[in-house]
Amino acid sequence: MAESGQNQKFERLEDLPPPVMAVGILGWVRNNLFSSLSNSTLTIVALYLLYLAIPPVVNWAIITADWIGSGREDCTSGGACWVFIYARLNQFIYGFYPEAQQWRVNLAFALLLVLFVPLLIKNFPYKTWLGFLLLLVYPVVAFLLFYGGALGLPVVSTDQWGGLMLTLVISAVGMVASLPLGILLALGRRSQMPIVRAFSVAFIELWRGVPLITVLFMSSVMLPLFLPEGVTFDKLLRALIGITLFESAYMAEVVRGGLQAIPSGQYEAAKALGLNFWKSMSLIVLPQALKLVIPGIVNTLIALFKDTTLVIIIGLFDILGAVEAAIKDPSWLGYAVEGYVFAALIFWIFCYGMSRYSQALERKLSTGHKR
Amino acid sequence: MTILKTLTASAVLAALFIGGVHAGTLDTIKQRGHVQCGVNTGLPGFSFPDDQGKWNGLDVDVCRAVAAAVFGDAGKVKFIPLTAKERFTALQSGEIDVLSRNTTWTTTRDSSLGLNFAGVNYYDGQGFMVKKSLGVNSAEGLDGASVCIQAGTTTELNLADYFRSNNMKYTPITYDKAAETVAGFDAGRCDVLTSDQSQLYALRIQLKDPGGAIVLPEVISKEPLGPVVRQGDDAWFNVVKWSLFAMLEAEDMGVSSKNVDDLKANSKNPGVRRLLGLEGIGGKGLGLPNEWAYNIVKMVGNYAEAFERNVGMGSKLKITRGQNALWKDGGLQYAPPFR
Amino acid sequence: MTDEKPTATPPRTAFWNNPTFRSLAFQIIVLASVGAFFAYIVNNTLTNMAQRGISTGFGFLDLKAGFGILMSLIEYDETYTYGRTFFVGLLNTLLVSFLGILLATLLGFVIGIARLSRNWLIARIAAAYIEVFRNIPLLLQILFWYFAVLSALPSPRQSLSLMDLFFVNVRGLYMPAPQPEPAFSAVGAVFALGIVASLVVARWAHRRQDLTGEQFPVLLTSLGLVIGLPLIVFAVSGFPLTWDIPVLQGFNFRGGLSLIPELVALLLALSIYTAAFIAEIVRAGILAVSHGQTEAASALGLRTPLTLRLVVIPQALRVIIPPLTSQYLNLTKNSSLATAVGYPDLVAVWAGTTLNQTGQAVEIILMTMAVYLTISLLISLFMNWYNKKTALVER
Repeated sequence: MAESGQNQKFERLEDLPPPVMAVGILGWVRNNLFSSLSNSTLTIVALYLLYLAIPPVVNWAIITADWIGSGREDCTSGGACWVFIYARLNQFIYGFYPEAQQWRVNLAFALLLVLFVPLLIKNFPYKTWLGFLLLLVYPVVAFLLFYGGALGLPVVSTDQWGGLMLTLVISAVGMVASLPLGILLALGRRSQMPIVRAFSVAFIELWRGVPLITVLFMSSVMLPLFLPEGVTFDKLLRALIGITLFESAYMAEVVRGGLQAIPSGQYEAAKALGLNFWKSMSLIVLPQALKLVIPGIVNTLIALFKDTTLVIIIGLFDILGAVEAAIKDPSWLGYAVEGYVFAALIFWIFCYGMSRYSQALERKLSTGHKR
Repeated sequence: MTILKTLTASAVLAALFIGGVHAGTLDTIKQRGHVQCGVNTGLPGFSFPDDQGKWNGLDVDVCRAVAAAVFGDAGKVKFIPLTAKERFTALQSGEIDVLSRNTTWTTTRDSSLGLNFAGVNYYDGQGFMVKKSLGVNSAEGLDGASVCIQAGTTTELNLADYFRSNNMKYTPITYDKAAETVAGFDAGRCDVLTSDQSQLYALRIQLKDPGGAIVLPEVISKEPLGPVVRQGDDAWFNVVKWSLFAMLEAEDMGVSSKNVDDLKANSKNPGVRRLLGLEGIGGKGLGLPNEWAYNIVKMVGNYAEAFERNVGMGSKLKITRGQNALWKDGGLQYAPPFR
Repeated sequence: MTDEKPTATPPRTAFWNNPTFRSLAFQIIVLASVGAFFAYIVNNTLTNMAQRGISTGFGFLDLKAGFGILMSLIEYDETYTYGRTFFVGLLNTLLVSFLGILLATLLGFVIGIARLSRNWLIARIAAAYIEVFRNIPLLLQILFWYFAVLSALPSPRQSLSLMDLFFVNVRGLYMPAPQPEPAFSAVGAVFALGIVASLVVARWAHRRQDLTGEQFPVLLTSLGLVIGLPLIVFAVSGFPLTWDIPVLQGFNFRGGLSLIPELVALLLALSIYTAAFIAEIVRAGILAVSHGQTEAASALGLRTPLTLRLVVIPQALRVIIPPLTSQYLNLTKNSSLATAVGYPDLVAVWAGTTLNQTGQAVEIILMTMAVYLTISLLISLFMNWYNKKTALVER
């Protein structure tokens, strides 16, 4: 072999194309779906199950569904009756908020969007000012718009609030109020002072140990028993206080996790600079700690958002309450699935949106702390 | 600084604590500007919110009457929908001023729960509703049945008594709200829906096929339903009690919302004149304006009007007066004299 | 700075700037305010209750309840006391929590592992499951299962049946109930013995393997001991077991075991919802085991199942257990939503019907909260103990 090939010149041949089964769509399919016998079986079973599940659902929800009409007589095709949702949409969104005043709700939420969206934009210049407006000025404006009683707006009392609007109000207030309270509790739990620590631990464990519905029951029907006779305040406000206290305990545990993750060098350095407790916390420790636990905070907020549904048990009509009332209306009997699917979709959009946003934020804020 | 701040804060808090007022219910209500009234979460004919969230019903009208008596404005009332399970706690705690939620008057409730029943606005009795397809014509044939029922009611207790005394077995399916019992009955979760007779008629119109269900003839209990207030405040108790009586007395005297203005101007009948506050003690003893009863009749109507509008022939329920007719028509409704 | 010698005691500061004094004063103020707050609340409550003639105390526990309860694990009818209704409710809560935890853990682990599957389709389905179910409120899911799905099942007379032994209808799931005869207790005893014996064998085999490296077919032996032996005894003693088969009689099925739809709906919703969270926890736990560990295991020649069992899972569990505990706690507390569909749990029976019949809200709510707190603390303690047991031992 060696001799005969002495003068032979090596000529480079064209690369053979890779086997059809290793690249392109087929290759992907083979690698990801049919890489082994067990995998192939799994894929086939899964495909069959999807085939069983998806076409009927699509058929029901879209193809044979009724979209247009005004009453139940328009629902004839046997599919989903979205007419029902459309007919009750106003109630689902605004509850019993008077129709002539609904522009106020719209305005308040539009305002929220206008203030909030720029915060999501990278490099938007006046973020500090916007944040200030959003946290301190906006709540006052929103309250005035919702409740009225000033600037010539007629009062719309809280028992007329309902639907999606109420869900959003409860969760927004809960979010804004439970975070600072949670931070205080977390600091209290890590305090050097035994009594403060004991109270913080007791508070947190108490609220975390009991179900939210007993808390809501207490705040909605029992609270006046604990106060002097004649002292009462708004039912919605009481529900809000209950939810805030409840969620702040969870928030406290999340924040505590962040505080524990900050190396003690940071605390010591702050002390060495001569900063007092509040300054060292607000300028050095908390900014780092909170950044670390953003995913946890957002998860708590999502939980809070979902927990707002429990207010129907104490007779407030949030969006689920409005749906519940509508599906038991004699003129619309038999459309429970549509109602629940609609409410589920609304909640899903909000929760999924929040979790995606938190993931993006987490990626953006991860400066250091990771190798 | 911190200490100073904390001290000030605690001083302010302490001042707030001490500053609690111990006024009577009536004064509190006048100060607040509206009556807080506990009603059913949804029971057609008795208390039911319409599409706009406006409450209607016989029980609701009692609350309106109280507001009309106190403020001269039947609209100054806030309705707080309560489930059967929440109602007494809400009243005991002071969350509501009056509970008008088809509540049965019993010894336990009147005594150990700290409540006072201000009268009876509807005499009722517990009955059973079954589907026609079940082929049952009498409650005696219900042995072994599943029964849908509302939690926290006297019906729950009567049901147990009835089945036990007749040596029958049953399965209780307990829901929080009347609407849920209907949904359960409609879906076939239970064979029987039990509740006060009036409610059964009200709930039947919420069925998919109201014609497919019948109410059995048996009435197994006495259920006097009426407005309830807390114990310990006789002045307020009187206001609610006499607001209800004013509606009955107006019917008795033939005073209705249509002729009340005319009678006020022209009537010579001393009874009518006393009712409308033109003669006699007026509202003084009750702490109300003299024309309090006039306001009730003008704004809410007399008992007959409220009955016909909400549960009687003018409504979907079409219930006859029966026991709820006036005493002089052979019924049980009777108001003490206004003098 | 002056050039004075530093003294042993720091320079005098005003006493209110002294940290020790400050912290002491602050704590005294906190203690006093909290104490005053509670005294105020208790005082108000007592005054209000006395003034309104509301009965107090726990005397009501011995009164006759007089109402029926849909489902009870202990003997109960309307002639029992209010105290008994407390235990009925409590046991029902424990039952649904226990079953829920079991199902949610199973489902959660399966979905969590599927989420990491190399099969693209399976991983996607698992991801979709997680994103759908954890973003929809639990209450909505419970209502959906109960009022939309289960109430669409046929009536008892049109039941779906499987071999005339199992029946499904709108009233629930009915199945044959085993009726052990006296001789059956022998089978039970052998079964218990089998479990003990197989534990002993497993221990012995483990020690032997540590010493000699020889393996012993533990699984087969245990199966034989736990299942085979009782079966033999069962056959020898002449099959002392009959089945009580449900039959349609009058309005309902009678006899057999039944699972009420309230329980099924609650259980489905609780476990499906919680499983979505557990799946994420499991996934994070498995991903937290560094790749080096699995590579090292393969280098040692361990097969995949053994790698999983001996290397990956023990390490992943350390990461998984703390968040898993809080999911278990959440599930237990969430079971209180039973009241929305009428499952007779503690909140529905005790803090619902009993509270309403007796009107003693304060006592009853306090007892209810105490129960949930106790359950929470017990689960926490158990999981902490388990966590400590599996924690990394530094050598």
